[in-house]
Amino acid sequence: MVLNDDHSTRLEVQIDCLALGEQVLLRELSFCLTGGQSLSLMGPSGSGKSSILAFIAGFLPPAFRVKGQVKLNGHDISRLPPERRRIALMFQDPLLFAHMSVGENLRFGMPRHLGGEQRRQCVADALVGAGLSGFEARDPATLSGGQKARVALLRALVSEPAALLLDEPFSKLDTDLRQAFRAFVVDACQQAGVPVVQVTHDQQDALALGGRCIELKDLQSKR
Amino acid sequence: MLLRIAPLGVLILMLLPIAGGLLGTLLPAFGYLPALGADTFSLEPWSRAMTWPGMGKALGLSLWTGVMATLASFLLAQFALAMLIGSRWLARLSALTAPVIAIPHAAMAVGLVFLIAPSGWIMRLVSPELSGFQRPPDWLIIGDPWGMSLILGLVIKELPYLLFMCLAALSQIPGERSLMVARSLGHSRLSAWFRVLLPQLYPHLRLPLMAVLAFSLSVVDMALILGPNTPPTLAVQILRWFSDPDLSLRLQASAGASLLSLVMLAVLLIWLAAERFIMLGARGFLSWGPARPSRLAEILERLSAAPTWCALALGLAALVPLLVWSLARRWRFPDAWPARWSLARWHGQAEALGNAWGNTLILASLATGLALVLVVLSLEKEARYGRRLSGQGTQLLKYLPLLVPQTSFLFGFQVLALAAGISDGQTGRWALVVWSHLLYVLPYGFISLSLAYQRFDPRLVQTAQSLGRGPWQIFWSVKLPLLSPAIWAAAAIGVAVSVTQYLPTVLLSGGRIETLATETVGRSAGGDRRVLAVFALCQAALPFAALLLAGVAPRLMFWNRKGVWS
Repeated sequence: MVLNDDHSTRLEVQIDCLALGEQVLLRELSFCLTGGQSLSLMGPSGSGKSSILAFIAGFLPPAFRVKGQVKLNGHDISRLPPERRRIALMFQDPLLFAHMSVGENLRFGMPRHLGGEQRRQCVADALVGAGLSGFEARDPATLSGGQKARVALLRALVSEPAALLLDEPFSKLDTDLRQAFRAFVVDACQQAGVPVVQVTHDQQDALALGGRCIELKDLQSKR
Repeated sequence: MLLRIAPLGVLILMLLPIAGGLLGTLLPAFGYLPALGADTFSLEPWSRAMTWPGMGKALGLSLWTGVMATLASFLLAQFALAMLIGSRWLARLSALTAPVIAIPHAAMAVGLVFLIAPSGWIMRLVSPELSGFQRPPDWLIIGDPWGMSLILGLVIKELPYLLFMCLAALSQIPGERSLMVARSLGHSRLSAWFRVLLPQLYPHLRLPLMAVLAFSLSVVDMALILGPNTPPTLAVQILRWFSDPDLSLRLQASAGASLLSLVMLAVLLIWLAAERFIMLGARGFLSWGPARPSRLAEILERLSAAPTWCALALGLAALVPLLVWSLARRWRFPDAWPARWSLARWHGQAEALGNAWGNTLILASLATGLALVLVVLSLEKEARYGRRLSGQGTQLLKYLPLLVPQTSFLFGFQVLALAAGISDGQTGRWALVVWSHLLYVLPYGFISLSLAYQRFDPRLVQTAQSLGRGPWQIFWSVKLPLLSPAIWAAAAIGVAVSVTQYLPTVLLSGGRIETLATETVGRSAGGDRRVLAVFALCQAALPFAALLLAGVAPRLMFWNRKGVWS
């Protein structure tokens, strides 16, 4: 696991207005997180909470209009393409690449400047930390739902992101798995020491992650 | 009963002409063609074909143009999609593909000639002001020895088809979100596309790619109009031998056709081997981490969709000079527009035009109507009895006519029909030509309708069943109406496929049924450009009219039921 000991990353998000076509989804949202801090955005579906993550990561569909900016360590990154932002994104589906082994999935996002040996070691360490030691050569299709979710989170973390966004990461897991995976996520994120933003509609998810919580329905302006 | 017969009927209708046709090509290649009094097996046809002085060049040309057109279309489609997926331009791109797919090959080739030839429209637009030319330059653009114009024509036609198939395949994998994950991990669009999406997409693209390859290797109409002449591609030369008054050349033609089949087989095997090799070799490449952003990569990425846009634009632009030429009376070289306009060519060709229109329409309606009935019944059986016909094997069978080069079996099919005496009478000839069109309309019918059938919500059928309706009642009163937009679309595709058929029509009618395709190709060698433009324009207009009708008809039929067609 890559540790970010200096806790120096600082993610600032400010959204004056986010609209889909003519419909305004939210106004006046801003937050600032430093390494290790976390934030939960809560709201019902349609409140635009996933669009906020898409905006931060750089994937907002063209039908949306937004006024606002994303700053990383003081630099405005909202005009950069997603691949230059160093912001990792995890969806409710693990979206492991089916044609790659578990190890290849993890190495996929690791910076190229690390040497081969270092990359392998890093993957092995990450897997051990996740209780998946020796899984490098496994076919993702043979993993259980909980294992897939863990690999997906590891893949995001070993890419040395400056921030991590979680889009309802627990919603597709059944109840007992969800408990265990929540604990895993909290633990891993704390170790990694990056700012974490999650969106969810489940109070328990927000409580588990700790940190602040913003309820989005309050912000939503009706047409 | 009907349901059980339909899939079997499809199988027989497809396999019989292909298997019989391959045999009917192979036997004469070894000197056996009783109709000509040749009944001793020998290798002479092969040796005569192989010692034809142009063989090396013709074969090389076929290989080069076929493989290059396939590779170029494939790569251009990949680069364009990598750039456009997830952006608003993707919808525009896919809206552009449909009309270009619908333009018949011969009409497209003629339009391209009018556009890019030394005396073509592009040259006229820049002459004499920019180019300084008062008369067309003496450049060999059409029929160039490397077949570049032919490759261009093939790419313009095959690229939109591959784009369409890629988009269909993309809907089967979590494409957009996989791309998002890959980019959020630091990979550029191109890197993410080739590392993550293409490997997952490729299994769905293999058959369409092989179809493009088979088509490009054996294409005749485009090669006649755009390809070089001395020698032409092997497919064109085979047709020349075959239609030569000297009947003994038919044996040689069969040997040539068999040779082209072998070449297709060899290319296919090499392609599959190369696939494996690349998969193995690229294994490590897949999991390389993201590259550092570089200026060069950025520029490359910006430009990567440009060739595809140009190809599509060129395809549509090729229609314009067809219209202008068909209305021109006098159009001297450096002038951008005709000096005088007239409808004379339309009046002058009224009779031939009417005849060709009529024949084309009858063939298209018969082939499309038959194909739709067979396809719908086959899919209905599949849906009702739960037996999936979409396994690898049956998928291959449905696709088969597109995977075997036309030249490989159509000659033999005609030989067999002659031997059986079917092609003597008027009715027999028509039946044969409809059958040959059916071979190409059926696969496209399956491609376009099976998606609609898969997406049909089975709960609608269950609901109707629980309301006490029988399966056929449900078929007529629920399924057909709801599927009608897809069926109309499939019908338009069927018409487009039928209208473009040149080689099957010429061969199986013995040149005696004149369609817009045969007239366009027949008039492309020399002759009056204006007359050629009239026929090519009509050939292009028919599929467009069909597409338009298919878009409008469901809205008219269900004008107050928006849910059916939106």
